Amino acid sequence: MEEPKKEEIVTYPKYAPGTHVRTSDIREKKITYTWWEPEIQYAWSVGPAMSKFLQGLKEGKILGVHCHKCKRLIVPPRSFCEYCYGPTEDWVELKDTGTINTYSISYLDPNANRIEEPILIGVISIDGAYPEPMGFMHYFGEMSKDEIKIGMRVKAVWKPENEREGAITDIKYFKPLRGGEI
Amino acid sequence: MKKDVAVIGAGMTLFRRRLKETGKELSYLAAKMAMEEAGIQKDDIDMVVMGTAPDAFDGIHMKGENLLDGAAGAGKPYVRVFNGGGTGVFAPIAGWWHVASGVADVCLVIAEEKMGSCYPHPQTAFRHIWDPILDRPLKPNLVWLFAMEMNRYMTVHNIKKEDIARVSVKNKRNAVGHPCAQLADPHITVDDVLNSEIMAWPVQRLDISPPSDGASALLFCSEDVVRQYTDDPVWIDGVGWSIDSTMWTNRDLYFPRYVSKAAKMAYKMAGIHNPRKEIDFAEPYDPFDYKELHHMEGLLLCDKGEAPILTREGVTQRDGDLPICPSGGLLGVGNPIAATMGQKACELYWQLSGKAGKRQIPDDPMVGVGQAWGDIMQMATVIAMRRG
Repeated sequence: MEEPKKEEIVTYPKYAPGTHVRTSDIREKKITYTWWEPEIQYAWSVGPAMSKFLQGLKEGKILGVHCHKCKRLIVPPRSFCEYCYGPTEDWVELKDTGTINTYSISYLDPNANRIEEPILIGVISIDGAYPEPMGFMHYFGEMSKDEIKIGMRVKAVWKPENEREGAITDIKYFKPLRGGEI
Repeated sequence: MKKDVAVIGAGMTLFRRRLKETGKELSYLAAKMAMEEAGIQKDDIDMVVMGTAPDAFDGIHMKGENLLDGAAGAGKPYVRVFNGGGTGVFAPIAGWWHVASGVADVCLVIAEEKMGSCYPHPQTAFRHIWDPILDRPLKPNLVWLFAMEMNRYMTVHNIKKEDIARVSVKNKRNAVGHPCAQLADPHITVDDVLNSEIMAWPVQRLDISPPSDGASALLFCSEDVVRQYTDDPVWIDGVGWSIDSTMWTNRDLYFPRYVSKAAKMAYKMAGIHNPRKEIDFAEPYDPFDYKELHHMEGLLLCDKGEAPILTREGVTQRDGDLPICPSGGLLGVGNPIAATMGQKACELYWQLSGKAGKRQIPDDPMVGVGQAWGDIMQMATVIAMRRG
């Protein structure tokens, strides 16, 4: 007598529809495709708060603004506090020093192409702003990838005054604040 | 009165770096699978929800409208929802409220993504998500964000990279049982992950999920009509979502507090008082291996910094006490942004209805939680399902 067939376990999804194609199938025109390269440009007005902040950078200053209700000294500054939803007030100049809150050592360029010399980037908590972490993203320089660490003290390296244009890149990068320096 | 919402069918396409089918065709294939399982025709569907992520991937603005016909939406109330990587669980949340509110008896939820259209690599489209004033002048790469968050998480809790790599190994091995999987690998080891190419330290090649094309589908119905379709429904017990400030450089990234807010909302709705005891398995969002750990902590499944320890001890394996990402997750099955609904919501249904076959968690799990995450490290979406 024939043994009853052992019931095969069915796994859902029961099938996987779709046809895999390779990048080479496009390159070698093995599949039919259409092509489009967008040409599109934007000019963003940055608004009152960012205008003031970027003007500050042009003058070699990092500006912050208070939300007294939430006990925050905010950088990058904005027109209103996103938590209590009240207006911010009392702009102040902050120091151009801070602490590395986090970082990455990137071997990828903006288009995900590989680069040999890594870019050091991270978030700097700016001195005097609160609560921590309170700061922005920027590059690090004058330090090696083996040296960089969370908690490292850093200081802004500015572009020469005549090259500044009111942009985050008016700061070239943050360098290590060595022992004894202020 | 709020209606109870049942899941009565699910569908999912192959996930691959590039698929030949259009987004419409992929949506159609996933929807048809779900409709066949439930025995439902297009006319039986009252409303349709489409989840699909940035228009820039396909280069088609108003992508929801482009996909409409493939999603059985023509001539019906239809809406596209989108909140970045959170969409994979937000689409079923939106489907849930269509039915829970009583406006639809049957709702089809589709999630679709074609990242392969953006040539040669969708990374170019990701450039457009950064803040144009302060971030873009620095020419950032999206991987930077996750590298910075991963580093913060590792440093605060003093976590070794090898304990994070175990997540990638587990999920790529789990994916071996998934017919749609893009990067299943039964032989991968922790050393393979640790020796893979460095992209943006601490992120290495095998810490990261791949871009993919794919679609997934779910069919929901109300308690009033569920008996027409099945005797064994899976119920949606709770949903939650929360988003934190866009100003990510003013937040400590070591803990995703917005995930815990979304989780608490879902658990309250589901009557889950002790998530560690009452949740049998979870599908936290795992586009990177550290994100699974980060999200287990955000979902309150363990203490802060404890997830790597549970992983090292085997607790999160498919046959462990708290299976995590039994589907194989994004790391193993693939990451077509919104379509990861297939791992984060469809998988809950397949596991809870006992249909996961080769991936089935032993001992008949009763409660599963899925979660997705997106935008600039700020969006969390959570769904809890229960076996009927």
